[in-house]
Amino acid sequence: MTNNSNNAQVTGKTSIKTYRDAINDAIREEMRRDPTVIVLGEEVSGGAGCDGEDDAYGGVFGVTKGLMPEFGRERVIDTPISEAAIIGAAAGAANNGLRPIAELMFFDFIGVSFDQIFNQAAKFRYMFGGKSKTPMVIRGTVGGGWRAGAQHSSMLHSIVTHIAGLKVVMPSNAYDAKGLMVQAIRDDDPVIFLEHKVMYDNECEVPDEQYAIPFGEAAFPRQGKDVTIVAISNMVTHAIAAADILAQEGISCDVIDPRTVSPMDDEAILESVEVTGRLVVVDEGNPRCGLASDIAGIVAEKGFHSLRAPIRTVTAPHTPVPFAPELEDAYLPNVDKVLAAVREVLGA
Amino acid sequence: MPYQEEFLLRAYRSMRTIREFEERCIAEFMGGNVPGFVHASNGQEAIAVAACIDLSDSDIIGSTHRGHGHCIAKGCDIGGMMKEIMGRSTGLCKGKGGSMHIADIDKGMLGANAIVGGGPPLVNGAALASKTLGTKNVALSFNGDGSANQGTAMEAMNMAVVLQLPHVFIYENNGYAEGTAANYGLGCDSLTDRNAGFGMPAECVDGNDFFATYEAIKVATQRARDGGGPTSIEAKCVRFDGHFIGDPQLYRGKDEVKNARKNQDCLKIFRDRVIKEGWLKAAAMNAIDKEIKAEIEQAVADGLAAPHPDPATDLMSDVYCSY
Repeated sequence: MTNNSNNAQVTGKTSIKTYRDAINDAIREEMRRDPTVIVLGEEVSGGAGCDGEDDAYGGVFGVTKGLMPEFGRERVIDTPISEAAIIGAAAGAANNGLRPIAELMFFDFIGVSFDQIFNQAAKFRYMFGGKSKTPMVIRGTVGGGWRAGAQHSSMLHSIVTHIAGLKVVMPSNAYDAKGLMVQAIRDDDPVIFLEHKVMYDNECEVPDEQYAIPFGEAAFPRQGKDVTIVAISNMVTHAIAAADILAQEGISCDVIDPRTVSPMDDEAILESVEVTGRLVVVDEGNPRCGLASDIAGIVAEKGFHSLRAPIRTVTAPHTPVPFAPELEDAYLPNVDKVLAAVREVLGA
Repeated sequence: MPYQEEFLLRAYRSMRTIREFEERCIAEFMGGNVPGFVHASNGQEAIAVAACIDLSDSDIIGSTHRGHGHCIAKGCDIGGMMKEIMGRSTGLCKGKGGSMHIADIDKGMLGANAIVGGGPPLVNGAALASKTLGTKNVALSFNGDGSANQGTAMEAMNMAVVLQLPHVFIYENNGYAEGTAANYGLGCDSLTDRNAGFGMPAECVDGNDFFATYEAIKVATQRARDGGGPTSIEAKCVRFDGHFIGDPQLYRGKDEVKNARKNQDCLKIFRDRVIKEGWLKAAAMNAIDKEIKAEIEQAVADGLAAPHPDPATDLMSDVYCSY
């Protein structure tokens, strides 16, 4: 239940919180502090125009539950099912004095709204000669494990990481989720905030007070000297589990969670590989042009002389996410696959 | 009698099959035999059957996340569907698709779709192929009231009018876009009026009334087949279950579903009508009920007994390159 972060200990009261509630806390406190922060998306409250209860969903995963009763429908806005219009409205409002948090219920829905993200919001600052700022957050759920099928399970972080002008945040625990969400809201650029749907009930100790975690600073949930394991989002869970198993065999793993993949803490990874000489990257995305190959490329280019073994990546295969449980389980990276990769780079 | 007895029995059988299939899906989901997300279409059977009953396998439909009824009405094998929903290797999509992605191209079922508004542009493509190749096939897209507000749906309607495509846009207005009122998300009073604004005939019907829905879609389908272009049909209906199975439905009014099941059940309305008109006997329909119960029971048993996919061979099949 301890958090896996390496942040300076926050003095003051802490509580055990879920990933879901930590994000809710961050948004709620920022909305109290700053009246320009608004939330918009499909069912972010739920029940609009219906005869039953208001705030019926609070987002389909309950992340924004309770915000509408506190801040009203003027600031917690249920929209029609119109993703392009949701993202465009958030970007335009961000250019005009608001700090919108737009929700894509499943990040797979980015497809419907992509122009507004990559051609519009992402480019404003640079294309307009630095005169425009776009302080918006796009929240979306990512990842497999829910048997939700090909169009509700994708891991599309590499696509947005590829685009200049977007910041991409992928918290792996409740502590980081809160601090990174606070930073995302206060940030003056478009931030893609990706929440892994299997992590919503994961708990750890989270400070009650507001705190911001700067982007581009990795966390080190396990420290070691034999092999570096870089993992992101839910893959950090597997990396830690693998490191703990290997520790009992006398193999010490340096587990690095970049937390934000754009900007990314390249230095932390390179410094670790300098010590270990061995690198395994674990990523739930597809293998081609993905985060794992990107990190492997950075290390091959800048840390080649530190390497004592070929780099290994553990990723999903190059297919859409299958529905059947046996296939989805085989598709996803897991502890055994991480263990096998670590043993391979160690020649064990 | 304005309808053949065979037609009426076929319509009733199809609607009853959908009802029974959905109710068993709900039970099997609750019992842990169905993984993932399932969106049931019970309550909306009349529209699916009214739209598909006269179509051939070479006519095309595109469906939504709430697609089981459309599949059954279009003639997909219920055994293959149940296996797919249970994630078995002998399912219609080898267990790779699941409830939200059932497709059966041989039956002209282009696929359920988990992206709201994902279907209508694709169905335009099927309609374009028909027009270009001169096959006289028609294409029907099923859409929810929620998808009406997607840019993709509006672009598809405009293009269908511009190109005079044989595409019937069916809007199943069940009053809810997920857990938000349909009339909250719609900026004007009438979806039908808005769709008429694209420049095509647009009609609103009582989707709980099989006959009214059938007659409207029949005219639209014939017009499309004859080269008269697209039509919008809005069918007002009731969703008996939640947005997804397990949805607590806090947003619905007290007794709303109970009253709808009592007063707006399209199957009951059909039965009452055909008995009152003297078109069918209750005994004939009761016999169908019994047969279908057994068929669905068999489909579930077969589904549960069906083989699971083998990751060693099935994960990396149906790809053109492997990494």
